Amino acid sequence: MANGSQTGQIGLRGWVYAGRFGLERYAYTLHRITGLGLLLYFLMHICVTSSRALGQAAWESVMGFLSHPIFRIGEFLVYVAFAYHALNGVRLILGELGLGLGNPVRPEYPYPIAHRRQRPLFLALMIISGILILAGGWDFFVTKH
Amino acid sequence: MREATLWTLHLAAGVVILVFLSIHMGIMHLEDVLTALGTGYRDALGWASVVMRNKQLYFTITYVILLAAALYHGLYGLRNILLELGPGPTAVRVIQGILILLGASLFVLGTIAAIAAYVR
Repeated sequence: MANGSQTGQIGLRGWVYAGRFGLERYAYTLHRITGLGLLLYFLMHICVTSSRALGQAAWESVMGFLSHPIFRIGEFLVYVAFAYHALNGVRLILGELGLGLGNPVRPEYPYPIAHRRQRPLFLALMIISGILILAGGWDFFVTKH
Repeated sequence: MREATLWTLHLAAGVVILVFLSIHMGIMHLEDVLTALGTGYRDALGWASVVMRNKQLYFTITYVILLAAALYHGLYGLRNILLELGPGPTAVRVIQGILILLGASLFVLGTIAAIAAYVR
């Protein structure tokens, strides 16, 4: 395995250090962290929700255990992670398909950065994500407190 | 399978998850908001509500589709993160083997639970 200084890779430090890559690099880091959190939750969620096949007593026993406030807060964090990961994922898929990045242009200084063209979309999606998080927070903590 | 095909499947699974998980999250976590808008129903986690959904073929089928898409999307994403750390060829095979086994096991568990809840 080649070391990082030879390949230009900076390993885990690249997750938290954006350098000149700016806002989208932090979006990438958050996408990765929320993805790992969602995956961890999802693997447990499959096991927990499978208890519904065992009948009402098993289901209500599990739900009773999970009604503790600490699990409610954890569930809200999962909801927040979903709201961010899903909407940032929309931006990433559009970018993957080449949408919203503009047409290729001759590389003349000062070089245009494709990410900047997509930044309004990024900000709009983050506003929607914020609205969903506020709506979820109202549902989690105001109407069901 | 070619890496480009696996990556395309990862993106396609993301779109499937976006649709079905948004519905799931809306039902589970925005019930009061949706009720206030006149479109939701209450107590999504109550047993009667769970049974009502379990007995609808639409929910059973979409649950299994969501299960498959989310397991693939999540575990393929984890595999890519782990492979970025530069493991050797043997470690790559071990990582992929464990993730495939984990994904297949949880898919079987979730599918059996969904079918059992439907026919119960």
